[in-house]
Formats: sequence, structure tokens, C-alpha cells
Amino acid sequence: MLTRPPSWQRLSELARNPLQAFALSRNNVELWANLLIITFAVVFMLWKGATFAVTLGTVFAIWAMLSVSLNLVVGFTGLLSIGHIGFFGVGAYTVAILTSTTAYENLRTGAIPTFGWPFFAALPVAAIAAGLVALLVGIAFNRFRDDIYVLVSFGFAIISFNVFLNLRGITRGAFGIHDVARPQIGSWVFDTELELMLMAMALMVIVVGISWFIVSSSFGRVLTAIREDEQVAEVFGYHASHYKLAVWVISAMMAGVAGGMFSSWTTFIDPNSFILLESVLLVSIVILGGLATIWGSLLGALAFVLLEEGMRFLPFLPQEYVGQARQVVLGILLVLLMVFRPQGLVGRYKL
Amino acid sequence: MILELREVSVHFGAVVALERVTLGVGRGELAAVMGPNGAGKSTVLKAIMGLAPVVGGQVFWRGTPLVAATHDIVKQGISFVPQGRRVFTHLSVIENLELGCLYLNDRAEQARRLESVLELFPILYEKRRDMASQMSGGQQQMLALGRGLMANPEVLLLDEPTLGLAPIVVKEVFEKVHEINERLRTTIFVVEHNIKGVLDIASRAYILDKGRLVHSGTPQSVQDTSILTDVFLGRLNVGEGEDTD
Repeated sequence: MLTRPPSWQRLSELARNPLQAFALSRNNVELWANLLIITFAVVFMLWKGATFAVTLGTVFAIWAMLSVSLNLVVGFTGLLSIGHIGFFGVGAYTVAILTSTTAYENLRTGAIPTFGWPFFAALPVAAIAAGLVALLVGIAFNRFRDDIYVLVSFGFAIISFNVFLNLRGITRGAFGIHDVARPQIGSWVFDTELELMLMAMALMVIVVGISWFIVSSSFGRVLTAIREDEQVAEVFGYHASHYKLAVWVISAMMAGVAGGMFSSWTTFIDPNSFILLESVLLVSIVILGGLATIWGSLLGALAFVLLEEGMRFLPFLPQEYVGQARQVVLGILLVLLMVFRPQGLVGRYKL
Repeated sequence: MILELREVSVHFGAVVALERVTLGVGRGELAAVMGPNGAGKSTVLKAIMGLAPVVGGQVFWRGTPLVAATHDIVKQGISFVPQGRRVFTHLSVIENLELGCLYLNDRAEQARRLESVLELFPILYEKRRDMASQMSGGQQQMLALGRGLMANPEVLLLDEPTLGLAPIVVKEVFEKVHEINERLRTTIFVVEHNIKGVLDIASRAYILDKGRLVHSGTPQSVQDTSILTDVFLGRLNVGEGEDTD
């Protein structure tokens, strides 16, 4: 259910009377979730220093692009997809293949084509490639819904991983692709962590802006109608398949952009970055933040990044168990969320 | 007849929902389709909307076969208000109404229609900013009717508009349906289980039993015979051995 934000006058009244403000907000889970996560982020970054904060910012921006774009499909349209990581991979591999200039002839996998494109030329191609793959997959997926949709998207995640792993003439399989180009404008190469973070943040702002525009438009309203009752949406003149396909392709293109940024940031990619588990984590972030809320996806991504990175500094947890412990904690968090707050931290709908 | 089913049969696998049914509605009329549970009443409307598999016969719209896909039918002038209201509960009243004609891409026309629907339904004007989920069943039914009218239809198809509503609300719904038919001159094809209420406002009546048309005529002709009693008590030997659920 929607709650309307208080007016500025009301907010200033509350600011002058903190006790009343506290009493009113005591049961406001959304407010406390926002305050807690943002405060934790600020404290954590102040504690670990600027360099760490910048890296964290880049990781956040990439996850945020993915979760916001996935929420368009899962939250706003009601299609529970766990194949989103496939489009992330298509974007990452497109940028990697088009920009890497490493002489692979000397390596065991043999030659793969090298193009030496600049990052900014490869990134739109990555988005288009992810969109084209989504179009083909989406046409096949459009006949499915609900549980079957989850299963076929699961299949897509598995297939895409296997393509990245086995199409060695293009992806170099398990050896991965090195020396992915960094963004460059003229002689200015985005080589520092700060520049890369700003680049990732800029892309994130574009993705969020487009997503906001979509959900605020009449197109977004129809997506909501389709999620609530597809047959009634059809009856009222909306070809649901077309709408679902359109948002699926747009979402995949956004994931492709995130993938392109990811491969440029790390300068190396291999199929391990695009395993099914990453897709599951991504869906978890969307659910954690809340369905059908862009802010929720951003908050969910921030909470996830803080959780993921924060656990590295727990004194009682040996480093070799950190990876597994993250998954366990996230799993427990999701179970608790489903029991006590199924709409997520700031969501409007239950899964 | 502006909208007509000619010899239409609908089968769901081995289940016969409609068998060679011919019925229709003339321009400006209010035609009622009645019958016991499982008679195939709702299937009549679903066949028109392309939501049920027509295996024989044809639906005619303004004298020509209606072959449009479900999502195109509303653009031809036929609007459907489904059973159970099925409003979009996570959208506001205004957002629900606007969805009735968003496909137009003409904001001025959308605004004009919204204004006229809100004028016709004072309760919707009063609740226009509320979420549909906050409304009572009767108010949601008014919203469903209003949403159907946003398409400015020539024919409005109503599937059990009073189902699950309190008697006082049922009366209001019938009054509003009658008002739409009389004031807006909108042709109405209504499937209804509340015989008394619908016969009071209908200009043409059909009775279905086990997927077959067993009576057609004026509302008075229904009241003058024992056909309803026979149908509801199972005294007619129609389509013995066939299940129309």
C-alpha cells in the first residue's frame, strides 16, 4: 500500500520535536532500514578509508545496475527470472572481446579474434548484443509464466554459463580474456579506481533514470497491470506478450551495460563471474530491497555489498570461510525476510 | 443484431461448454443471459472476447465475423467487465480507470473520458486518489464498470456484475447498469445469476442450460413460462450426459 510522504512543513515540525518524530517513526520499518543501511555504509567507509570506499562504490554501482534492471522484470512486470546473469555475461564478453588486444596466439586455446575497439564504442554494442540475445530468448519465453518461467530462466542461466565456458574460439573458455580496455576519452584513460567508480556511477544514474522513466510512464502502468492480471490487461487492449518482451529486452540491455563496465573495471573475465549462484544472489538483492521499487533495489544492492565486504573484517571469521559465510548469512537473511517482511525492506508487493 | 453468436460451440477438450448457441444483442438493448451454474453463461462472453476456444460457428460484430485477437477487441468497440471485478488492486482508482483507455495515446481524450466516468460514478470521484485495494466489493464493482466505460464502448459485456455483493449493493449495481444503458445508450450484454434483478432491467433474455440455449425472448416471456423453474430444478432433458462446467 502506498503511503504519501509528509509535507516539508510537517517535516520541519518533526525536526523541531525529535521525541514526537521518534514516536511516529518507531514502527516505520522502511525508515529504519534506510537509516541503518546508509549509516552503516557511511561508518564503514569512514573506518576503512577513501580507497576502500571508492572500490566499494564501483561494486555497488554494478550490482545496483543489475538489481534495478532485474526489478523491472521481476518486480514491475511479475516475471521471476533467474537468468539475468546471462545478459550480464553477454555484455561483459562483448566488451572484453571487442576491446582486448592481447596476442592470444601464444596461449593454449589458440587464436580468438581481436578488434581493439575503444571501450565507449564497445559498450553500446554490448547493450545491443545483450538485447538481441534477450529478444531471441524472450520470444521463446513469452509463452511461459509463473513457475515454468522460473525454470526456463534457470535453464538460460545454465546454458549461458556453458556457452561462455565452451565457446572457446570466442570466449577462451576457462582461460578467460585479459587486458580488457579501460574507458578512454581522447588521451584521458579512466585508469584510477576513482575514475572507474565515477564512470560506473554515471552509468548507474543513466540506468536508474531510464528505469524511473519507464515505471513512471503509461508503459510502466501497463506493466503493473500485466503483473496484477495479465488476462484483464489483454482485455483492455494491451498485448501483454509485446510489453513483456519489450521490458525484458530493455532490462537485458541494462545488464549488458553493467557487464561491460564490470569487464572493463576488472580488465579480466572468465565464466566464473557468471555462474548461476550470482543470478540467485541478484534475485536475492531484488527481494531484499523490495519488489517494484527502484530505491529498494539500490538499497538492496548497498546492503548486499556492505554485507559481502563487511564480513571480510569480522575478527572471528577466518578468511578462507568468508565466501561461504556470505552465502549462509544472505540465505538466513532471506529466510527471515520471507517470514517477517515478505515485501522486502522498502517494497510494495510480496513475492 | 450488433453483436451475435451464430451456432457457436465451445469445447474444452472433451467438455462441452457451449453447443450450437445462437444469441445476440441489438443496438441500444440490454440482453441478459441466465442459467444455473455450469450452463455456459460466462463462456458466451469469453467466446466473444477470444478467451474460449470456439470450435464451431462464429461471432459476428456489426454483421461481419469478429476475428480480432483479445487485445484488439476493445479497440473495435467491445469492452469486457470480467467476473469477480478483477481491478488492479495496487493501483489507484484513477490509474485503474486510465488503464481502460491508455492505448489511445491521446491525453486530451483520456482526460475527457475520465471526467465523464467520474461524473457518472460519484463514489469513484470521491475515492479517486485511494488504492483500489482499499475499496469495498461494491465500490470495486463500480470501478470495474467505470474502467470498462473508459473505452467508450458500443457494447459493454458484463460477467456476473453482482456476484458476491450484499443485496443493497446488488440493487445499486443494477441501477447503475440500467443508467448506463438508458443514459449513455450503451448496448449491454450481461451474464447474471440474479434472475429477478436482471429481468427488471433487461430488454431481451436468454436462458442457457448445459451449454445449450433453451429459451430466448423478452423478459416477460421468461416470467410467463415455467422455463426458469424447469432449468433450475433440472426438469429439462437438455444434453443428457454432457458436463458443461
